[in-house]
Amino acid sequence: MLVDGINRGARRVPTWVVYLMFLIPVPVLLYKGINGGLGIDPVKSLEHELGEIALQLVIAGLCISPLRRLAGINLIKFRRTLGVLAFTYVALHLIVWAVLDVQSLERVWADIVKRPYITIGMAAFILMIPLAATSNNKAVRRLGAMWRKLHLLTYPMALLAGVHFIWLRKGLQLEPILYMLVICGLLGFRLLPKRQKVHASI
Amino acid sequence: MAHRWKNNLTRADATPEGVWLNRRQVLAGMAGSGAIGAGLIGSQARAEALEPNSWEDITQYNNFYEFGTGKQDPSQNAGALTTSPWTVKIDGLVDRPGDYDFAEIMKEMTVEERIYRFRCVEAWSMVIPWNGFELSDLLALAGVQENARYVAFETLVRPEEMHGQRFPTLDWPYVEGLRLDEAMHPLTIMATGLYGKPIPNQNGAPMRLVVPWKYGFKSIKSVVRITLTDSEPPTSWNKAIGREYGFYSNVNPTVDHPRWSQASERKVGGGLFARRIPTLMFNGYESEVASLYEGMDLRANF
Repeated sequence: MLVDGINRGARRVPTWVVYLMFLIPVPVLLYKGINGGLGIDPVKSLEHELGEIALQLVIAGLCISPLRRLAGINLIKFRRTLGVLAFTYVALHLIVWAVLDVQSLERVWADIVKRPYITIGMAAFILMIPLAATSNNKAVRRLGAMWRKLHLLTYPMALLAGVHFIWLRKGLQLEPILYMLVICGLLGFRLLPKRQKVHASI
Repeated sequence: MAHRWKNNLTRADATPEGVWLNRRQVLAGMAGSGAIGAGLIGSQARAEALEPNSWEDITQYNNFYEFGTGKQDPSQNAGALTTSPWTVKIDGLVDRPGDYDFAEIMKEMTVEERIYRFRCVEAWSMVIPWNGFELSDLLALAGVQENARYVAFETLVRPEEMHGQRFPTLDWPYVEGLRLDEAMHPLTIMATGLYGKPIPNQNGAPMRLVVPWKYGFKSIKSVVRITLTDSEPPTSWNKAIGREYGFYSNVNPTVDHPRWSQASERKVGGGLFARRIPTLMFNGYESEVASLYEGMDLRANF
């Protein structure tokens, strides 16, 4: 009953509503950052918030197909929306890091080359570029079966993003590890043989 | 042995925290008006750089993992800590080992104000007006024996009041150490106050070490034990990730942390658009402490 309700509702919600809803934090964070609402170190807070939202959107995107397989909830039409949103937040995260935090192109480059956690974060971003570039309907039609294959890049991208988060903290901290466990769980789920899963869920 | 060092950041820089915010707003307003010469702006920028951070900056932006790993966790959670009564065990190679009551220690010590730069290993910094006494005075109370070479410090372990200690983020208790000559240096203090008030729990009440030429994590908080030893004591961050955190951990812009550059820093409290400032050798205390490390390879002894 509930599942049918969700699926019916999802069909009626246009994707632009989802875009709008998930972009609300951007002006809110900017406003708070400028007006002292992000604490003592607004640069780090803004950088971290944007990165964390991006990671949450990646995870949300990875939840779509397990939700359908396990619970029959079909939100597949929002998967690309979530991906484009994740890319948007990663790009903003990168801009805040480069412009407000590191503050020089020379140091940005030095960090990308020399600091493994930044190299990894940057690699994850680069993997997202072809995905974002092919996120329109035209590209889906033109690429056909290749599109699905190309978008499997989401998996290594999610892993790199998780490692990036763990690695940037001082010491081994709980929060990034929890994120990584969720990512690994969602990717591991895809390794399970499909048939067996259907039987198990019945 | 008190008063062996005079602030080069003067009392004039340490505006009471209430007035401070207004002054910063005035400065920002003037800079924004664009009616003043470039030379004037330059000198103001320098004055700004040496200006002590506000009470809010210093007490609401802390690394004190015993109360959580978030920067605001300590100010939110440290209220639970009981700091009175408080005793400090001083033992090892001393003439008068024993449990020293904090109140009794304070009767013996001369408290001074020391306005120091504070540089975190995470590449942010503050300027902090501490109140405290020289560590050497406290050590003299116990009588340092001739064969002592190092000083080991230990933070309180009390998971029921220090919630962060319920997770093995670090191997509790937090431990730190100094070479004896570093510990005896006039710049090295035990801080008991901030802006003339008792030091808040999140900043290491009732008594914490401050070694201004080293990265902040060396300045161990809420100290309950001081042990004089003849060999280099283990230190918490070195035990956790030895590759990244050495025993010395002197502020050094030429030796990078393996995961980030130490060449510059962001002075927190400057808002969203504050410029980075270059990190100074020994955090600006080079003329005072460089002689301690003469002939040492600071790259190997990071």
